[in-house]
Amino acid sequence: MIIDAKNMQYAELNKMVRDSEEDKFTLDNVLGQRYIGAGLPEGKEILINGTPGNALGAYLNGAKISVHGNAQDATGDTMNDGAIIIHGNSGDTTGYAMRSGEIYVQGNAGYRVGIHMKSYQDLFPTIVIGGKVGDFLGEYQAGGIIVVLGIGVEGCPVGHFCGTGMHGGEMFIRSDVMPKGLPVQVCCTVATQEEKESIRHYVERFVKHFGNNADELLSSNFFKLTPNSASPYKQLYVNNL
Amino acid sequence: MAINYLNPLFEVVRNPDRCIKCRVCERQCANEVHHYDPDLDRMVADETSCVDCQRCVTLCPTRALKIRPNENQFRENGNWSQQIMDEVYKQAGSGGVLLSAMGNPREYPVYWDKILLNASQVTNPPIDPLREPMETKTFLGKKDQSIHYDENGKAVYEKNPYLELDVPIMFSAMSFGSISKNAHETLARAAQELGTYYNTGEGGLHKDFYKYGANTICQVASGRFGVFKEYLDTGAAIEIKMGQGAKPGIGGHLPGMKINEEISKTRMIPKGTDAISPAPHHDIYSIEDLRQLVLSLKEATNWEKPVIVKIAAVHNVAAIASGIARSGADIIAIDGYRGGTGAAPTRIRDNVGIPIELALASVDQRLRDEGIRNNISVVVGGSVRCSADVVKAVALGADAVYIATAALLAMGCHLCRSCNTGKCNWGIATQRADLVKRLNPDIAYKRLVNLVHAWDHEIKEMMGGMGINSIESLRGNRLMLRGIGLTQKELDILGIMHAGE
Ligand code: SF4
Ligand code: SF4
Repeated sequence: MIIDAKNMQYAELNKMVRDSEEDKFTLDNVLGQRYIGAGLPEGKEILINGTPGNALGAYLNGAKISVHGNAQDATGDTMNDGAIIIHGNSGDTTGYAMRSGEIYVQGNAGYRVGIHMKSYQDLFPTIVIGGKVGDFLGEYQAGGIIVVLGIGVEGCPVGHFCGTGMHGGEMFIRSDVMPKGLPVQVCCTVATQEEKESIRHYVERFVKHFGNNADELLSSNFFKLTPNSASPYKQLYVNNL
Repeated sequence: MAINYLNPLFEVVRNPDRCIKCRVCERQCANEVHHYDPDLDRMVADETSCVDCQRCVTLCPTRALKIRPNENQFRENGNWSQQIMDEVYKQAGSGGVLLSAMGNPREYPVYWDKILLNASQVTNPPIDPLREPMETKTFLGKKDQSIHYDENGKAVYEKNPYLELDVPIMFSAMSFGSISKNAHETLARAAQELGTYYNTGEGGLHKDFYKYGANTICQVASGRFGVFKEYLDTGAAIEIKMGQGAKPGIGGHLPGMKINEEISKTRMIPKGTDAISPAPHHDIYSIEDLRQLVLSLKEATNWEKPVIVKIAAVHNVAAIASGIARSGADIIAIDGYRGGTGAAPTRIRDNVGIPIELALASVDQRLRDEGIRNNISVVVGGSVRCSADVVKAVALGADAVYIATAALLAMGCHLCRSCNTGKCNWGIATQRADLVKRLNPDIAYKRLVNLVHAWDHEIKEMMGGMGINSIESLRGNRLMLRGIGLTQKELDILGIMHAGE
């Protein structure tokens, strides 16, 4: 199904997608319509030409979305499964609280990417960013994996306060310089060859979507960030009855 | 060993003439206060960890026990109470933030108790609820402002999603994790039988309770625990938790040691890891952002569910409520500073927020002044203790109330305020299997149903006395209220006259 989204309100557009029996959608001339694909189940596929609005693929439940253009804020908010592939940049809180599925961004992403990402049993979320990201990457991260490739970026591709409140999961940052202002709950080491191999799968998928060379990317220096302890706040309280 | 500066709060008084050494108290106390001394052949007690939960007292077959405030007191001081001194000792010993449970216990004014209700005399006769039909059914959601007609002149009704309550009382959010599975089951079954709703809290919904979906409000909090499509689809409404009366501006933190198998499944996080709900939703910094979350939830659920936004009653609550009424939400829930909690930093619980009575009155007034009162229903909680509080809340402008502490009391809670220890002797605020099984949902849910039925009957009686036969006619009817012992400023905020006026 091909929908020309020009001048269409988001509610109308989303209803067309939701109510349709068809599985594949191409949305042309998308310009700021929000909540596209919200809660959409497995088997559905949306191709977006243009610039989708905020909360693209919120609560996504297995569907696949690709964007030829830039995505805005809260892409993949509380996503439960599926894939969002962005041939462009992505805004703030990309992947907020996502629990599974994958988000691949060719270019840069905004602040608080992967905040409160979590994994559970066989649910495991992935975010791969090709360029750089803003402050608070992986804030409160509780699970899953975030990879920042920093392609074409001078210096460190992540902003300040990366991993604040992190208590699970991993981040891999391709950079020669360590991220600035890391909080005490985060442990930052240079990734070993073996650790780098553990993310080969994600790097290869990135390359498949957007081009580049996986071996070359993986031959660079990566920093690996993990939480210092599973309970960063354990010692903070005293019972007062 | 370092000196323990703490003075036990309570004293266990055992009547030796009555004690038959059955050792029930020993088995019942999760705080291990009682034990049997074989050398002395008698029961002894170490009261340092007694929390006055009254479990042993209630179960002692010969009524041999009493728990009293410890007679041993620090030197009296009008400024430095023993409580404050104890807190200094605790913090000096640990370096920790003080953590407490249940609602703010301090002696701030309770405005419910300073408001009196009207009754009819001679003119406008009272109505006898036993004889006349009385309506306490309530609908929550947007109310249409105008009637539209189709070409044949038939009225067309815009269908806004709504909640239908047989009684204007719902059970407010308590997560599975903060309370036990049996306590959750009790709330769910009672809500179903009463034709009202209970609220999952921010911990997701246990698979066993999906069958109560039609009576469930599913909460979405900043941590988004257990939030996924099926969960959102299962409930009758979705509540976005922005704040909580017991800890405005503070997030939640369920320590990893409390995340057992079942809670892990419900929250959808691994066993043993901390469940941290950040203080803000990090995608919401404005009313516009809130609108985005409201609408994304509506989109994800095909616009079929009403969305509630819950906030704590804080100083500028009226302006915030006005924003929420324009955010696309259908219901606003306001939680007063006396609201209960499984755990909150003591200083926050006791010092942050405002009384629900004042918050409600100013919100209702503000929404009326701005002509948007019908955009949204108003639900209040944060210490609604009895049916008279409900009637006063409705007359001040609430569409319905949320109760939680009263519901726990119906299950056996004795307000010992030690939920944060996870050792609730009444099987409510605990995950320890041996304690959880003390709460029998079959019995507890009937007690809860009894409580709400009794309140409903009392509400009808009070309404009848005022000559009102429908809760709709009581809503916002502040002429039915008079203040007693209140200043002019307080009366102005409440929008009521003083008794005698
Ligand atoms: S904690 Fe409860 S059960 Fe234990 S001694 Fe005190 S009142 Fe009795
Ligand atoms: S729920 Fe249990 S621990 Fe909490 S106040 Fe009530 S009796 Fe005490």
